[in-house]
This record gives sequence, structure tokens and C-alpha cells, in this order.
Amino acid sequence: MFDTALTWNDMAFLAQGAWMTLMVTAVAVVAGTVMGIVFGVLRYQAGPYWSLPLTFVLDIFRSVPLLIQLVLGNAFQSIARLGWDPFTTSCVILSLYTAAYCTEIVRGGIEAVPPTTRRAARSLGMTWRQDMMHIVAPLATRVSLPAWIGLTLGVLKDSSLVLWLGLIELLRASQILVTRLQEPLFILLICGAIYFLISFPIARLGGYLEKRWSPND
Amino acid sequence: MIEIHDVRKSFGPLEVLKGIDLTVNKGEVLTVIGGSGSGKSTLLTCINGLEPIDSGRILIDGTEVHAKSTDLNKLRRKVGIVFQQWNAFPHLTVLENVMLAPRKVLGIPKADARAIAVKQLSHVGLGEKLDVYPSRLSGGQQQRMAIARALAMSPDYMLFDEVTSALDPQLVGEVLDTLRMLAREGMTMICVTHEMKFAREVSDRVAFFHQGVMMEIAPPAEFFGNPQTPELQKFLSATH
Repeated sequence: MFDTALTWNDMAFLAQGAWMTLMVTAVAVVAGTVMGIVFGVLRYQAGPYWSLPLTFVLDIFRSVPLLIQLVLGNAFQSIARLGWDPFTTSCVILSLYTAAYCTEIVRGGIEAVPPTTRRAARSLGMTWRQDMMHIVAPLATRVSLPAWIGLTLGVLKDSSLVLWLGLIELLRASQILVTRLQEPLFILLICGAIYFLISFPIARLGGYLEKRWSPND
Repeated sequence: MIEIHDVRKSFGPLEVLKGIDLTVNKGEVLTVIGGSGSGKSTLLTCINGLEPIDSGRILIDGTEVHAKSTDLNKLRRKVGIVFQQWNAFPHLTVLENVMLAPRKVLGIPKADARAIAVKQLSHVGLGEKLDVYPSRLSGGQQQRMAIARALAMSPDYMLFDEVTSALDPQLVGEVLDTLRMLAREGMTMICVTHEMKFAREVSDRVAFFHQGVMMEIAPPAEFFGNPQTPELQKFLSATH
């Protein structure tokens, strides 16, 4: 088959990179989603006028290329003497980037819940909170899920940019091996396969949930 | 008792309620008829506190609905409302739809809430449909579910806002039968409707709304037999 210089040690090195990719993505998606839910509800409740400052900040995170955000963010934390290590800086920037997108997904999901349904909930004596928890949250989640899965998969791949801050994640690990072994095609093939192996279950989970919820609509 | 004193309400430049005075006693069935835009549906949402009013007072058992100090969520437990669009909660089964508010709003334990829901659903003829999702029900069944959902809060008053208007003609009967049953049981009801036969049959009094004004209110025999105003005469001859 292949005549390759790649050793098991190198594979372990790739696996470590993949682990770093997973960790950065997990932190960013979890923190970004929590912030996205808070910001999304805020934006919906406050209306377009009062949420203008928030919208503006989030728009920056959505419009400026992630690479620039990472480099500027890193420069900022060192100027401000925050003393963050590259992992922390990467997670913070990537979380805000995720939150910016997630906010719009959440707002769209809430807007998709018919006002008449919510009025029916309130007319039964439910408070705003109860309406949000028992009616709006489940219905908005169903609407938002495909977009959120897409965002998660996007962040997984975009997280490769943290290599610019010196983190050795999956893509950086592959690059190092390519430089050393001069077998770019084979190594990148493995690298791509690992990305796929991580993404596939997430995409399938989305498909499964969509299918499970769909007969109820 | 529901007391409405000189209630006025505008949507922008359009005044939809031009000083309504009305009292509905305990156990009474009042039906309200009138053309679209006559303000009759708006009145119901105001009674429930879902819409603010511009002036006047609405009192339910002496509690002023639109007073700042009034806990509307508490008041709404007393006053059930069912809308033209039945507004099922699509992610919950029929049983869960009816159980939700008793559990979360009244804090009734799950088993008891379930018993209440089963009882109310059987009452409206949906005892066989407990575990299906609303999307599998016909419009008439969904509307009956909405009625059971409101009844599960054991309200003292029920407001019905054109509950048959969005239904296919062959489904209207089953929902009206449910309303008739409630009327017989002595529920205090205000029904906004276009169903004249129903109004004649179940009402203690019938009111006619026209352009934000309550033109007439009388027992059905008098109301239909001897309409006083030209507006009502015209309305009745157009709908018969």
C-alpha cells in the first residue's frame, strides 16, 4: 500500500491536535451559545432601537475576519496585561464570534413562535418566564436547530485559525508533520478525515433531532 | 360578576370601543354579535387584560383588571379565554397541552393535573386522543382541546372569541355542542359569535355591537323578535 514515514507517534501527535481542536470548539460553542441565548432574548425583548449598541458590537464580530479578531484580541490582552495564555485568548475570541452568530439564530427562532400561541399561554395565567420556558424555548429550539448545527460545524473548522496564536490544534499539527515528512497529500487526507469524523456525528445528531421533532409540528 | 364601565379603546386613530357599559352576572350566558370591526373581540381581550384600555374600568368580582396593583396572571386564572385560532402548543401532546397550566401556574402535582386534564378532555369528547399531538387533530378537535385547556384552570368565567369562525362548516356543530353543554352546566360565558341560531338558543341576553358602540342588549326573544335600532334590523336581515 502506502510507503509512508508516518509513525504511530505522529498519529498520536495528530490526535493531540484533534483534541485541542475539540476543546477550543467545545468551549466556544458552549459559551457562545449561552451568550447567544442571553443576547438573543435581550435583542428580541429590547426591540431594534434599544438593542442597537449590542447589535453594533455583535455585527463587528460577524463582519471582521476571525483571523484579524484573533490577532487583535491577542494584542489587546497583552497591552491590557490580562496575562491570558493563547488557549484562553482563543476561547474568548471564538466564543464571542460564535455568540454573534448564535444571537441572530436565537432571535430568529423566538420570532418564529406565533404571537397568538404565546398569547394563549399568557391567557392561561402563565408568566413571561413560564411562557419563555415552556412554550417559546422548545418551539424556538426546533426552528433554530439546523442553523445552530451549521454554526457549530462552522466553528469547528474556523477554530483552525487559532494556530496563529501558537496553539497546536489539528491543522497546525498536520502542517508540522507535512514540513517534517514532506508527505502533504497523505497527511492532509488523514487530517481531513479526522475533521469529518468529528463533524459527522454532530450533523447526524441534528438530523436525528429534526426527524424526531418533525411529526409534532 | 363582570362589570364594564364606560370603556374606551383606540388602535392609533381608530376608536374601536366608544364607551361600553355592560354587566354580566354570575351564571349568565351573554352572546355578542356584530359585524367585523365592531369592537366585540377587542372587548374580550380587554376583559382578560391582554389589551390595555384607554379609559373606563373593568371589574371582575370587584377587582379592577387594568389597575397597576392587579396581578393579571392571578386574575387570568379566573377568566378563561378561547380564541378563533385555537393556538395549540404543537410540541406537547393533547394531554400535556391541558396539563401544562394547572401544573406550572397553579402548582398542582403531576398526577392530580393529569386527572384534571383527563376529566376535562373526556368532557369535551377527546378522551380517546390524550397522547396524540395536536397536528393529528381536526380543527374542531383542536378547538375543543383549547376549551378543555381553559377549563382545566377551573375558571369562574369563560370568554369565547368567535371560536367557530375558523372551522370548516361540518366541524362547527361539535364545538357549539360543547359550548351548549357548558351553558347548561351554569358556566358564566361571554360568547362573541356569528352563529345566530346558537345565540338565540343558549343566551340569557344578546348584545349587538356596531362600530364600537353597544347598540342593543336584550333577552334573545326580544332581541331577535323586536330589534329596536335600524342598524340591528339591517344586520339581522343581512345574516338571515
